[in-house]
Amino acid sequence: MPALRLLNVTKRFGVLKAIDDVTFEVKDREYLCVLGSTGSGKTTLLRSIAGIIHPDDGDIYLDGERVTGVPAEERNAVYVPQTYALFPHMTVLENVMFGPLAKETNKNIAEETAIKVLRLVRLNNRADAYPNELSGGMQQRVALARGLSSGAKLLLLDEPLGALDVRLRLELRTELRKLAKESGLTVIHVTHDQEEAMTIGDRILVLRKGKLQQLGTPYHVYNRPEQIFVANFVGNTNFLEAIVQSRSKEGSTLRLREGLTVRVSDYSFENDEAVILSIREENTSITSEPRGDESNRLSGEATAVYFLGSFIRYVVKLTNGDEIAARVPIKEVDAEIKQGDWVSISFDPANTHVYEYPTLGLQGELEAS
Amino acid sequence: MPEVRVGGLRKEYGKVLALNGVNLTVNDGEYLSIVGPSGCGKTTLIKSIAGVVKPDAGDILIDGNRVTPLPIEERGVGYVFQEIALFPHMNVYDNVSYGLMVRGVPQTDRRGPVEEMLHMMVLEDYVSLYPKELSGGARQKTAISRALTSGSTLLLLDEPLGALDLKVRTVLRYELRKLVKDLGLTAIHVTHDQEEALSISDRVVVMKAGRIVEVGSPMQLYLRPKEIFTAKFLGEANFMIGEASNANGGSPLFYVSGSSLSAGINCEFSPNNGETCVIAIRPEFIDLTSKAGNVNSWACEIVSASFVGDSIRYEVRTENGVLLLVKTPIAGGESSLVIGDKAYATLPEGNLLLYRLPEEGLEKALSLE
Repeated sequence: MPALRLLNVTKRFGVLKAIDDVTFEVKDREYLCVLGSTGSGKTTLLRSIAGIIHPDDGDIYLDGERVTGVPAEERNAVYVPQTYALFPHMTVLENVMFGPLAKETNKNIAEETAIKVLRLVRLNNRADAYPNELSGGMQQRVALARGLSSGAKLLLLDEPLGALDVRLRLELRTELRKLAKESGLTVIHVTHDQEEAMTIGDRILVLRKGKLQQLGTPYHVYNRPEQIFVANFVGNTNFLEAIVQSRSKEGSTLRLREGLTVRVSDYSFENDEAVILSIREENTSITSEPRGDESNRLSGEATAVYFLGSFIRYVVKLTNGDEIAARVPIKEVDAEIKQGDWVSISFDPANTHVYEYPTLGLQGELEAS
Repeated sequence: MPEVRVGGLRKEYGKVLALNGVNLTVNDGEYLSIVGPSGCGKTTLIKSIAGVVKPDAGDILIDGNRVTPLPIEERGVGYVFQEIALFPHMNVYDNVSYGLMVRGVPQTDRRGPVEEMLHMMVLEDYVSLYPKELSGGARQKTAISRALTSGSTLLLLDEPLGALDLKVRTVLRYELRKLVKDLGLTAIHVTHDQEEALSISDRVVVMKAGRIVEVGSPMQLYLRPKEIFTAKFLGEANFMIGEASNANGGSPLFYVSGSSLSAGINCEFSPNNGETCVIAIRPEFIDLTSKAGNVNSWACEIVSASFVGDSIRYEVRTENGVLLLVKTPIAGGESSLVIGDKAYATLPEGNLLLYRLPEEGLEKALSLE
């Protein structure tokens, strides 16, 4: 039985559909990350599941039971908001006991629960501290502990790492997943950080303007993005406008602007159809001398070279005016290539994706978040 | 095209020493970024240069003129900060021309520079919109335009992209650098995003606990950091404690948990025989192979593997119990190692970073506070 099931859920705010006909299931003990930009409906989705707001249409099931209309406090789910919302005048222990005390009149049992949870988030030695004596990371863990102490099996985390320093955020990612797995919880974790989603989630749900775009494992979403939006939002991708020149079972030949042609493995589009070709930045290779054996070799000028740490990013302006960026692992970098150099760029037809030409045009599609 | 010099800058907030004697020269036309953990003093430093914070001691010179006692409006700087501060009742055009207006430039003379700036920032389509109608990216571009139209050639950017979604942030950072270079400005940019700092800066300043730890080009700081804290804070690194052996002849050899490690000739100092040293290596420089390499190849087992899109992050445990983080770039979704697999981790000599054991101990030296 899935821990959570949404069936055609829609929530409107005035004329705006914050969630638009969303259907999906979350397995018991699964860690699901919901990924989307500001305004995509992530928080509304989470708050609907928690029962803080109620959808206009559709149904929500928790552990097989329909909870649509059931108030938040009667659902076996707890919402942890983005801001910690700790009580400043209460100690860590009192903050964490707040939930159990609301349900449990026996103070000793409530305290026992709270201490157990604090041990889990490794804050049992700071039980007597007040929130303002703790670092941001610790406060976040207290907020988590408060969520956990409610005993709910479904944890709804709204940008739980968003307010933290970047180093701490990286460290807490792994801890958060570990904690959820050790405690046997089902988690829905909302974030706009694609790397965070990929590192923590068993599966990722990509949301755009309230609509579910894709749901799958990180590997699947990254390597088989079903839409231009997903390919753009997750990872770093080049998009080029093209027209199908010819096709066979082995793939298609696409014509870029100014008559440049490239091979792709996709053959689902008809001849003369306008399409968008996409190639991941790390799936292109760049050389100062053409090697002669690569497929899809295009030449152009390296107009910019950016050092990113573990990668170097080159922007190449092709002879037809299109731009392609290449992301090369620092270990494989050709130190000879400088800004202004004439270079050769190539990619494997199997590493490309082809999409239907969007009605908004390429730029319109990329900008409409 | 100003040059900025900061000397002996100190600032205390109660018991906290936010700046503890900071000296820094920013060259004319340079793009300089300041990074460091929360509370390191980076924001206090840029605010002191802007004239928003008054330092307790020390001096600030812009183009050789001592500006320390001057308020922000007399320093000729453009200051942009994270919390976008546009006038909500003014449209984009009026916001951008505000600086010229308060300086008494007549309306007819304002048009030229304002329109030029709006064109450069690709904001022409938004001129009549109000801040609340803009996306986060467009709002911040308006704020930057407003800072620049007043004629400032020193741009102070305090987390200018911090409030934006990751995707928008990545696009805007390249635009920001291009703008600064095209206009021949000097820019000082405080950020918590190290990739942002590395990718667009001429030099990067790393701060910790109110002091400058190291200044250098992005590549210098990332590939050959002189300070152990730089290695820790920028990017990721494995740190091991080893004992030098036969240090007098040839390249130094270290023993790490019983395994030997040759440091090659790149070593920046000669350890004494028996000296305890810290050896660091970035995870993307470690090779994982099925066969042992010639030098520094340790048998290991995969402890965890996580897919992050363009790379896979492995944790491996060597036969002597050393836990290493390894980051392997992947292109096109190649097959990967799984938990429990046996492999060899090779640590190339040229990528090892060597440090003397810090007096305060390794843990303290690496801590963010």
